[in-house]
Amino acid sequence: MKTMSFGDAIEDALMQAMAKDENIIILGEDVQGMRLNLRVRFGRDRVLPTPISEAAFVGAAVTAAMGGLHPVAEIMMVDFIGVTMDAVLNHAAKIEKFSGGKWKVPLVIRAACGGGYGDGGQHEQSLWGWLAHIPGLVVLVPSTPADAGGLMTSALAYDGPVVYLEHKLLSEDWLDSLGGGGRENVKFDVPAEGARGEVPKIWEPIPIGQGVIRRDGKDLTVVSVGVSVHRAIEAALKLEKEEISTQVIDLRTVTPLDKQLVIGCVSKTGRMLVVDEDYQGFGLSGELAAITLEAGISLKYARVCTQETIPYSRPLEFQVLPNVERIVEAAINLVKA
Amino acid sequence: MTESPRQQLVPDLWRLYTDMYRCRTFEEEVSHLWKEGFISGEMHLSMGEEAIAAGIVSQLEDGDALALDHRATAALLARGVDPLLLILEFMGKPEGLNGGMGGHMHLFAPEHLAASSGIVGASGPAAVGFALANQRLRPGKIAVAFFGEGATNQGMMLEAFNLAVTWKLPVMFVCKDNGQAIVTQSSKVTGGNLIERVKGFGLRVLEVDGRDVEQVWNSITEEISRIRNGEGPVFVHAVCEHLEGHFMGDQLLRFARPSMGETIKMAAPLVKAHTQSKGAPLRERTAGLKEMLGLIWETIRKHRPREGDPIPLLRKKLASMDAEKLRVIETEVKAEITQIIDKAVLPSEQKGNG
Repeated sequence: MKTMSFGDAIEDALMQAMAKDENIIILGEDVQGMRLNLRVRFGRDRVLPTPISEAAFVGAAVTAAMGGLHPVAEIMMVDFIGVTMDAVLNHAAKIEKFSGGKWKVPLVIRAACGGGYGDGGQHEQSLWGWLAHIPGLVVLVPSTPADAGGLMTSALAYDGPVVYLEHKLLSEDWLDSLGGGGRENVKFDVPAEGARGEVPKIWEPIPIGQGVIRRDGKDLTVVSVGVSVHRAIEAALKLEKEEISTQVIDLRTVTPLDKQLVIGCVSKTGRMLVVDEDYQGFGLSGELAAITLEAGISLKYARVCTQETIPYSRPLEFQVLPNVERIVEAAINLVKA
Repeated sequence: MTESPRQQLVPDLWRLYTDMYRCRTFEEEVSHLWKEGFISGEMHLSMGEEAIAAGIVSQLEDGDALALDHRATAALLARGVDPLLLILEFMGKPEGLNGGMGGHMHLFAPEHLAASSGIVGASGPAAVGFALANQRLRPGKIAVAFFGEGATNQGMMLEAFNLAVTWKLPVMFVCKDNGQAIVTQSSKVTGGNLIERVKGFGLRVLEVDGRDVEQVWNSITEEISRIRNGEGPVFVHAVCEHLEGHFMGDQLLRFARPSMGETIKMAAPLVKAHTQSKGAPLRERTAGLKEMLGLIWETIRKHRPREGDPIPLLRKKLASMDAEKLRVIETEVKAEITQIIDKAVLPSEQKGNG
């Protein structure tokens, strides 16, 4: 097995897909530098740098997709999706239904997400729950290099709009560019298994909507996505010392949600702890509670999420984003209280 | 046009130099603290923009509003915000300007009606709203928007131009044009001519050399009076350079001043991309490589020390006028900033906690 960094896995999967399908194009800010290898290999008309005009180029990507291309629109950080929300909410997500299923929008919106490097609340949001709220979108959030490449392969094989989010703590180029800036003396809590790991020789799609059990346990089920999966696994090791056996589910896809997996696991453990870096209210954590209740499961439930605007200050940011201590505490309360 | 009593007819060059030099000295310290890890995340310095900030902000008064971008330090210092509060905010301290919640891209000083944003283009509509409030609540007061030329390709900015003209709002749109939108050359992603485009909205346009503070001050002083008198918005196009690139640790600059490690890291996948089967024809692949080398070369060319730096230009003039006065000013500014940094960074603090 070969190993790869998270970012390289995404690029490698793109490379494989672009070599096979000439209709895949990349457009976005600074891509002539950030996706230099792809631009050199596939040419300047397939990797297009854009002006800082998210509303225009994501809006255009929607109809470019309708016209036969398969665009990957890069908006740098998911926070900036605010600028182009109309294209996402009212167009990309709607056209298939509006057209009576006659017209598909095969589009990938790729963006970096997440915090933990002190960049402030306008550059560190997750927003996957907010996006998943909109019918018609697929939202993918990989947590390992193998999933990063596999899910990018799926996104490029899918015939609808996909939001593909890569966490900046896992993607070394983003973290270096925005957090480190070439400095050696700034430390980040990067989950090693997420940043680099085994990858297949040839990329195969990972089914969209399929979560995975990262760790088995019988006392409670932690349901999570992205970097929080790694925090949850770290917490599970600590919980072992408290004689609490913790199961960890990595959803990988926020929507469509792998309800079957969650319901199956939670019905056995009877306890669900959601660890979600996205905002707590009206989001993924509440949705997970709803689907288990709807399935008629009697369960104990708790959540560790981001409850407020993410502070710039790193000590405050640490408290606000889900961390291992908060997960351990919530798990103990859930099991022992 | 009625001449307001507060209006000076000539710029106080000593004050402008003090503002610029103070900002530069402060940001040199910010740069050190960032490098030492006391400041987290990105850091966009105003270095190279000081003349624009000083030349314009020094002419503002109470009730005037500032809509700032992610590079707000120079404007806030010139407006009178305490540098200690700024550095503490950059360091994420609870005693900082905004309690460590915002950081350098999200700075807010309500007493000066000054608000910044990390979203490119956001300062356009922000200035329009401040101006609308001023038009009703504080007649004669204006709003100034600072942004880069990259932001003029954002829809919200163009919509803001239209709104400001339509409602004849007291707005000064200040475009700090360094020719580079993040790391993309603006000329490659901008259609037509920016000045003509802006004129198409019905905005008055002023073109100034943003490296020459005297020119900036002189050009805009009359415009500010016109805006105060209700004659509607103006667009100021001020050319400048960013001496430290887009932000601290700018990857283009790192490639332009590379270590062996970075060069190898960059070269290996490129060779692969150039030679692997399937993809564009060889000529196109080579063109892609040449383009990147061109960008790096351009970065090297643009970042020759002192070229495009607004400070030596004025310094030379003042030195010939009164070298001793200049020395005193510089000594005082240095002492002030040193004292502030000493207050901000306690000796007990560990390095690298950014």
